[in-house]
Amino acid sequence: MNAPEKPRQKTRFDTIGKPRRRVDGRAKAIGQLRFADDLVLPRMLHAKLLRSPHPHAVIESIDISRAQAHPGVQLVLTGAAFPVPYGIMPVSQDEHPLARERVRFVGDPVAAVIAADEHTANEALELIEVKYRPLATVASPEEALANPEPRIHDYGEQGNIHRNQSYEFGDVEEALAKSDHVFEDLFFYEGNTHLPMEQQASLASLEGDGKLLLSTSTQNPHYLHRQLARVLQMPAAQIRVIATPNGGGFGGKCDPGNHEFVVAKAALMLGRPVKICLTREEVFYQHRGRHPVLMKFRTGVAKDGRLTAMHLQTLLDGGAYGSHGPASTFYTGVLTPVTYELPRFKFDACRVFTNKPACGPKRGHGTPQPRFGQEVQLDKIAERLGLDPAEMHLAMVTKPDSLTASWLRVGSTGLAQCIRKVVEMSGWKARHGKLGPGRGLGIACSTYMCGAGVSIYWNKLPHSAVQLLLDRSGQVTVYCGATELGQGSDDVLSALVAEALGIDPGNIRCVTGDTGITPIDLGSYSSRVTIMMGNAALQAAARVREQLAAAVAEQLNTLPERVVFSQDRVYSAEAPGNTMSFIEAVALAEAKFGTIAAVGSYSPPKAPGKYKGAGVGPSPAYSFSACVVETEVDPHTGWVTVPKIWIAHDIGQALNPVLARGQVIGGVYMGLSEALMEEQAFRRLPPKLSSALVHRNPSMLDYKSLTSLDMPDVEVALIEDPDPNCPYGAKEVGQGPLLPVMPAVANAIHDAVGVRIDEIPITPDKVLRALEKKAKGEVPRVGPESFPAVPYPQPIFVLPPWEGGDGNEVKDREGRKAA
Amino acid sequence: MNRVRMKLRVNGEEHEVLFHSYKTLLEVLREELGLTGTKHGCELGECGACAVLVDGAPLLSCLELALECEGREVQTVEGLANGKELHPLQAAFADLGGSQCGYCTSGMLMTAKALLDREPAPTRERIKEALSGNLCRCTGYQQIWESVEAAARALREAKP
Repeated sequence: MNAPEKPRQKTRFDTIGKPRRRVDGRAKAIGQLRFADDLVLPRMLHAKLLRSPHPHAVIESIDISRAQAHPGVQLVLTGAAFPVPYGIMPVSQDEHPLARERVRFVGDPVAAVIAADEHTANEALELIEVKYRPLATVASPEEALANPEPRIHDYGEQGNIHRNQSYEFGDVEEALAKSDHVFEDLFFYEGNTHLPMEQQASLASLEGDGKLLLSTSTQNPHYLHRQLARVLQMPAAQIRVIATPNGGGFGGKCDPGNHEFVVAKAALMLGRPVKICLTREEVFYQHRGRHPVLMKFRTGVAKDGRLTAMHLQTLLDGGAYGSHGPASTFYTGVLTPVTYELPRFKFDACRVFTNKPACGPKRGHGTPQPRFGQEVQLDKIAERLGLDPAEMHLAMVTKPDSLTASWLRVGSTGLAQCIRKVVEMSGWKARHGKLGPGRGLGIACSTYMCGAGVSIYWNKLPHSAVQLLLDRSGQVTVYCGATELGQGSDDVLSALVAEALGIDPGNIRCVTGDTGITPIDLGSYSSRVTIMMGNAALQAAARVREQLAAAVAEQLNTLPERVVFSQDRVYSAEAPGNTMSFIEAVALAEAKFGTIAAVGSYSPPKAPGKYKGAGVGPSPAYSFSACVVETEVDPHTGWVTVPKIWIAHDIGQALNPVLARGQVIGGVYMGLSEALMEEQAFRRLPPKLSSALVHRNPSMLDYKSLTSLDMPDVEVALIEDPDPNCPYGAKEVGQGPLLPVMPAVANAIHDAVGVRIDEIPITPDKVLRALEKKAKGEVPRVGPESFPAVPYPQPIFVLPPWEGGDGNEVKDREGRKAA
Repeated sequence: MNRVRMKLRVNGEEHEVLFHSYKTLLEVLREELGLTGTKHGCELGECGACAVLVDGAPLLSCLELALECEGREVQTVEGLANGKELHPLQAAFADLGGSQCGYCTSGMLMTAKALLDREPAPTRERIKEALSGNLCRCTGYQQIWESVEAAARALREAKP
């Protein structure tokens, strides 16, 4: 394993921490950056997909003869062209680029036309005749549990249950029985989608030597590369995937897409470039977004508000395919114990298949849902115990370098500072509970991983690798498989290398996201890029510096380890007058050692948990956030206005504060939009129109999201306490700041009008319904009323570290108890 | 299918274009003229990514037939800079976080330019309102407002 490069003993940085124009800022501002659909090649053809009008049906026959004969059509593909299935996770290889025997949701692709232009391809789609035999539709988790038949897939736990699991860390029932109070609450979080501004697009072509090239809007070129080799049944070395700059991803471009295999196959068959761009409606079907999750929390509390134990149960509506589902299922619970001290924890989770577009990872992947439930429940607990919620949170934050009951190592934490900061910024003490009727403040906290500790497919290889190449011109080229989604990964890469070599980031050329040229990075997901790519980059840079220092030391009349790199110069630490330019240093080194290059790579540290399933949740570091939201609620309409949000985020070290602040505000925006309006919801068509289960709002007009007019001012505090596992101490910022927003909104609504909305999104109709209940003297709450009987398995029992556990499962639990 | 030949003025240059009559201004800009700086997010007039200026006013190029633009002055993001020198809006977006993924940026820039052409010193509220038809999923809008404000200041300072 590669030890991460420790932060340099520098007390002052040249580049890190200073606001800068991002390295790709100019190209974006002049419209020169080429996204996938901006690419054009000579003799390029266009592909369109035929999608199922049925939510669940057997394909009895497909007649493509009329489409094939249509003028301008070059190729028509069906599922017959794709015998090999795929799926982002090795345990869920349940998708085909085009459906073979079965369609599983309205929008499932069944055939593809490749034609001279999109118009012709669309015409030909109309000429394809598919005979379907409809099957019963599974529309919800409740229906999935009640109807094991028809099975949507012939694999999984049983019936329509995809994944089903249970973990218990210490005897939770015993702890609950001894608690002063036990709170039981149900929450529901509706699904929602990423809605990136850029629709997915892909261009496949054959390079001059006949190798396949796929340029595509993907967050994970490496995983896609592996899946292409599998589905197309050709050697991976014959395939090159270029991740074009993504026009937003948010998790929606993590899964390999049907369309990517289709254009790749078509280009191979036709020997011509083939492009596809999904329509906005199709993007809603591609989905892979936030799972709808029903949750039940039973939480034991001592009189002073300290947690004694928690039993969390979750039920995920997975949609029609596996996608990242096995990981998503874990994430609806595994990060729950990271924020507050929790002596015992039990977590049951179940994911079912339904006839809807598949759910997957969206910003926060599986964790926003339980965070919402947990933080709203804590607000209720504080209210019942007469405690200030901010003080209650502060009193129980996890300690640095502690272990959770579930054996996650917390590492550095700035959560207490975050809470203190938002309390101060928002005037919490003077204003919470005191703003008068219709106005309120709510607080919530959260945490997120800085990269998943384990790869999506099991291996012992590095998670990220960086190659540096220098030449006598002074140019530094940095190669890495990491992909730019807009989050600024190229800027992070440039900044880190620039700082380590003491040069201007503008002198660095980034070559990223290209499996044909760059060393592997696993992808832009799980907030892993800054830390994993960053540590790999620092290792490569340290090796380059070693070569340069060895080459110049003599001339600078110093020792190699006393050579300083700063501001495009190298000099002796003792005698800064002994100096030369960075370019001269490179030339000297090149003359002495030959071409100057180095590689670096990074693997996360081994996690302390050893039980089966302990691989999900560990991370080299965790970021923390605390957020206060102010709301105004109109008692007549239920309309919620948010005038202001304060957020503090424990980032370790901001590399470029402009981008860091942008990520925080962007996360807050997305969280607020989810809290108030976003929902990927479904309805049945009227019987005269087939009764099919269809997406209710597959357009940007009907799928509501916050506009510029709806967005409040956000006041951001970056809490900087460098984390030793992270490059120059920098933790993640892409996902964490979204997480506390939804519960803070719900808690602020309660502070404003005294009602609890235990369900996301919090739309005016729900607020109004709760206000009406309150007026009638009923329990002023809107949210789920019951939790179905889920056949969770016997838990894997693990003793927490403080109960004598060793991180392994305790097989003979009863015997141990008796002893 | 009918193709039409037409003169189209884009960024101060006249182009002779030949295109299917059903094509939108967006399609003609991107596909016939190669001006891919103008993006599309929905092609239904819902997201604002394709906004360009036609005779100085912002217009969703996905909803406008190219045929209707004969004799009118079309401005796209490619025509915003003065040679190598970025327009103050472009510089501000690049420097202040107004652009993250960059996909909504062209539409934002052109819409903001129309605003600043009309109102050199807009309030925050006016900026929010003017940009309310342009969706952005990355920034949370705040750094976009700040960029527009900074550009407005720079433009005012540049004018004696």
